[in-house]
Amino acid sequence: MSDSEDVLATAAGWRAAGENVAIATVVETWGSSPRPAGSRLAVSASGKLAGSVSGGCIEGAVADAAKQTMASGTPQLLDFGISDERAWEVGLACGGKLKVFVEKLA
Amino acid sequence: MTPELLAALQEAQAKKRPVALLTRLSDGHQLLWPDSAVPAALAEAAAQALQEDAAGNLTLDGEAWFIHPHNPPLRIVIVGAVHIAQALVPIAQAAGYAVTVVDPRRAWATAERFPGITLIHEWTDDAVAALAPDARTAVVTLTHDPKLDDPGLDAALKSDCFYIGALGSRRTHAKRVARLTEMGHSADSIARIHAPVGLNIEAVTAPEIALSIMAEIVAVRRGAALGRRAPAAAAA
Repeated sequence: MSDSEDVLATAAGWRAAGENVAIATVVETWGSSPRPAGSRLAVSASGKLAGSVSGGCIEGAVADAAKQTMASGTPQLLDFGISDERAWEVGLACGGKLKVFVEKLA
Repeated sequence: MTPELLAALQEAQAKKRPVALLTRLSDGHQLLWPDSAVPAALAEAAAQALQEDAAGNLTLDGEAWFIHPHNPPLRIVIVGAVHIAQALVPIAQAAGYAVTVVDPRRAWATAERFPGITLIHEWTDDAVAALAPDARTAVVTLTHDPKLDDPGLDAALKSDCFYIGALGSRRTHAKRVARLTEMGHSADSIARIHAPVGLNIEAVTAPEIALSIMAEIVAVRRGAALGRRAPAAAAA
């Protein structure tokens, strides 16, 4: 079982238990990103996290976006990078750039 | 992701069937390939992503798509239900590999020593051949007994597996090379065997040796320079 499958199974388990769940997936990277495209982070409404989309530097921001998507049902495409002011805030210290797709697990 | 798509994806994973998840990034619309009919360009990108085991991106009619391959797990076939095998199993599982242990000696290959692991008690050549090692499979022989290791290596050398490792010193391996040559294997073919097995980290204990083996398998899989060996002749 690859680690991204493991995350999906964990997310499915949370959903089956009645929690709202969103899944964030790295869809594109440039430069030195710690996690490759396809890496997943699952977030539950109660704040549980499984997996990762970075070395830990953007997980907080992604979790916030995940909660919005859980509420709205609308997917989001997030951009993180050194040219991005928001990324400065969340501190992508590695100097990499990445795009993260966030969707609700319906 | 809809519940239907999640169920289809998880069913494919349970059946060890390779599928690619295609996501249109503008609205999150998703398809599973090859289960759904998709435009030729998407199908091609999906097949390539599965082949390379790497996610990709495609713009089709102005729409960005994310191509996410879901291959069945990589496999490790361990010949020899020995102490090092017991140490290797959890490390391999943590790295995402599906593990099978082959040993005709029933006293060694027990569920008590390998809880939850697929154990095969056939003779090692039949067992390894039946497992049909492919380009996503590593084979490691650990019995240190030629009558068990050699047939397993013989079967592995006849397969497309991406890694073959054999426990034993350089001296042991030199003798093994002679026996495998006698069995009809070419020098090039025998050079596929990593022996002594594992990266040289001066490992001593069973878990340390297991770690060195797993590190070498990852190095070979990922194309790291550390995973390449000098030709077998130089090691003899």
